Amino acid sequence: MTRVLLPEAVRVGTAPSAERETRTSAVALRDSFSVGVALVPLGLAFGMVLTQAGLDWWWATVFTALIYAGSFEFLLIGLVTALTPLGTVALTAMLVNLRHVFYALSFPLDRVRGVRAKLYSTFAMTDEAYALTATSASRSWSGPRIVWMQLYLHLYWIIGGTAGALLGALIGDSVAGLDFALPALFTVMAIDAARERPEDVSGPLLAFAAAVVAAVVAPGQMLPTAFALLTVALLVSLVASRLRSRRA
Amino acid sequence: MPETPYLFAAVAVTVAVTWSLRALPFVALAPLRESRTLHYLGVRMPTGVLVVLVVYCLRGMPVADNAWLAPAAALAVTAGLHLWRRNVLLSITAGTAVHVVLLNL
Repeated sequence: MTRVLLPEAVRVGTAPSAERETRTSAVALRDSFSVGVALVPLGLAFGMVLTQAGLDWWWATVFTALIYAGSFEFLLIGLVTALTPLGTVALTAMLVNLRHVFYALSFPLDRVRGVRAKLYSTFAMTDEAYALTATSASRSWSGPRIVWMQLYLHLYWIIGGTAGALLGALIGDSVAGLDFALPALFTVMAIDAARERPEDVSGPLLAFAAAVVAAVVAPGQMLPTAFALLTVALLVSLVASRLRSRRA
Repeated sequence: MPETPYLFAAVAVTVAVTWSLRALPFVALAPLRESRTLHYLGVRMPTGVLVVLVVYCLRGMPVADNAWLAPAAALAVTAGLHLWRRNVLLSITAGTAVHVVLLNL
């Protein structure tokens, strides 16, 4: 067993670095496939919604390449076409992407070597990239393999988005209703998030109430109002539960 | 229609916020780990934020005649399929397809 494995290990260890790099990128390409089959169609939908909203097709490339936060990019189309103030854009981006803060607790950035690679790796730490590194199979992945995987996911998203935008520019408004892809995406994400915490029933209900109240009271500022209401409601329930546990 | 400088500013703001959220915790992990309140919000906020976003997307839903039927049916199909099959791509594609078909009938 060791006699068979040893020469192979030695050969890999002494292989020219360019060859090793090619092998790592090929393995990472396979790692990225499972997510790629979902990212490309979503990117296509994103690009089509973007051009249907009246933006030039190349904005899809700018959004997907520079922002690289799928669900928020979808949302940003609506925000910018409504000329939403930049402060609200920042606040919404913060709340929608707040979950990424907690990915840092377990994302294997310590395996990624070099400042540039680390910078890119944090930039490209999307839900999908995080999910792939959270699998048990990924525990043995090297830093370069992780960064290559992230790069492929990034490329799927850019290519899907750009292709969708070009397609959208071609067919124009003839197909109405594609914009439902965004509420559908959020519905699916909400169901998945709720499934992870089945005991938390009041959170989603409070959120729904906050959203309805904000839509009625402050239709022009619905998102910041709803998020503020939700945060206050959750903090109140936290204080209440701490008081209860102290009394008990 | 939004002007190019405004669009670039919106992209820049988004990049700054998103990248900071992803990168800064690696620099300042310790205080973050210790904040129980932030941890509590991090656990309970995501579902709530997503629920708010669903309402936000659908709030412009037309109420006249039977126009609300298309988004309502699409939402039911998306949620129903996802509860049943748990396949993200299937749920989104089927829900959007129902919406497109009903609107273009």
